[in-house]
Amino acid sequence: MDIAAAAAPPWPSLPRGGTSFLFPLALLGLWSVSAHFGWLPPQILPAPSEVGSALLDLGRNGDLASNAGISLLRVVEGFAAGSLTGLLLGIAMGLSRTAEDYIKPLFTAFAQVPTLGWIPFLMLLVGIGEPLKILVIAKAAFVPVALNTFAGIRAVPPIYAEVGAVFRFSRWQLLHRVVLPAAVPPIFTGLRYGLTHAWNALVAVELLASAEGLGYLLVWGRQMFWLDTMMGAMIVIGIVGFGLDRIMAVVEQRLQRWRLA
Amino acid sequence: MKRLLRGVALPIGLLAVWEIVCRARLVDPRILPPLEQVARTAVDQVVHEGLLYHLAASLMRDVAGFAIGSGIGIAIGTLLGLSRLADRLFMPSFNGLRQIAILAWIPLISIWFGVGEAAKIIFIAAAALIPVVLNTYEGMRAASGQLEEVARTLRFTRWQLVTRLYLPSALPSIATGVHLGLIYAWVASIGSEYFMTVGPGIGGLIIAGRERFQMDLVILGILILGLVGLAINLGASAIEARLMRWKPG
Repeated sequence: MDIAAAAAPPWPSLPRGGTSFLFPLALLGLWSVSAHFGWLPPQILPAPSEVGSALLDLGRNGDLASNAGISLLRVVEGFAAGSLTGLLLGIAMGLSRTAEDYIKPLFTAFAQVPTLGWIPFLMLLVGIGEPLKILVIAKAAFVPVALNTFAGIRAVPPIYAEVGAVFRFSRWQLLHRVVLPAAVPPIFTGLRYGLTHAWNALVAVELLASAEGLGYLLVWGRQMFWLDTMMGAMIVIGIVGFGLDRIMAVVEQRLQRWRLA
Repeated sequence: MKRLLRGVALPIGLLAVWEIVCRARLVDPRILPPLEQVARTAVDQVVHEGLLYHLAASLMRDVAGFAIGSGIGIAIGTLLGLSRLADRLFMPSFNGLRQIAILAWIPLISIWFGVGEAAKIIFIAAAALIPVVLNTYEGMRAASGQLEEVARTLRFTRWQLVTRLYLPSALPSIATGVHLGLIYAWVASIGSEYFMTVGPGIGGLIIAGRERFQMDLVILGILILGLVGLAINLGASAIEARLMRWKPG
């Protein structure tokens, strides 16, 4: 018998990932026990099984799919509009000092007010329909994308441009062969932040003014005092947010592979 | 000088267009009130409606929530960063929970803790806590192995290790987290006032402005939000720079 085996504890050790489940499991256990003995009224803390069945119900009657679909569509539309505008503005400010001088102060002032602050303003301006949601989400994505694109282009080492000059690149060639590819990693960081902000903005605007979507499920559950529905909606919001960020992370890694070579 | 002129060109142009559009009555003044009306509302709010009282209420809430959240955040981040066991037990759960957009907690918090001051401060504290925990954790993790060896040679006690080695070396990262926490706390203060519309506050003022269709009030609120955000940012950067003075380079 070797020493390592002798020193091993007498109980089978948990696999490395196992410990991470201990705490949630313990919490879940405590939650179930509490629900079973009625330590807290179900209006305050419904049993975990009820949250599960509420989620199943929402899934089965199609409410979940339709609301999540609406939310996702809004985020995609708003993010596309906001990140595209942000990219263009960031590129303009990054390439031209003149553009930076003119735009940057106003942009900074605009970015200073949190997205949440713009919502009531936009509500008065465009009403509480679909344009409101798209505008709010677009604003949320726009700021980090513009900032990171700007900073990314400015951070391109001047040596790269000198190499381009040696090759007698035209301005356009310099831009799309040298500057933009070199700025891809920071731009992508901006896009990733932008998507996270867009998702948070979606939740905000759906909580404040919506009759459908995942945020509305929360409001609805709150009004009905259906905590199981609310908690289910929170779980879905978390999972979708996580999923969106993962997608961006995977794309980010793929785009950066050339750096290693 | 040239840069300054260029910088103010767009904002001034925007204000001019605003003024012209209002003077020519091209838009409904309820949608876009004239500049002087916003100014009048500002004065009126300060003098008669207790704007400063609302602002103070928001700031107090912000500071209270931030202090609680960042304090607990540094403690949790230190524990998770220094103890392998705590890291493996709790970090995955923390990472899971923080995936839920912070505003999505508001309905639940309002059922659990009501819509009063306590609920708002709990929400603000939770918002400030997240970036502080993450950055403290990262900072603790990044302490240099060489310094750890030095500390071992000097036979540091556990307490000395934490106060002399880990905390100082994590300080830049903690400062980043606290800075983010300040920003998050301010946004969360506004959010809490939007959804728990009891009691004074700038967020409540903006929501009231929207409900009464008073665009001037909403615009005033936005201006205040931006100014306070700016002040918080500048203040945090200044403190950060001071704390980091000892760092070479």
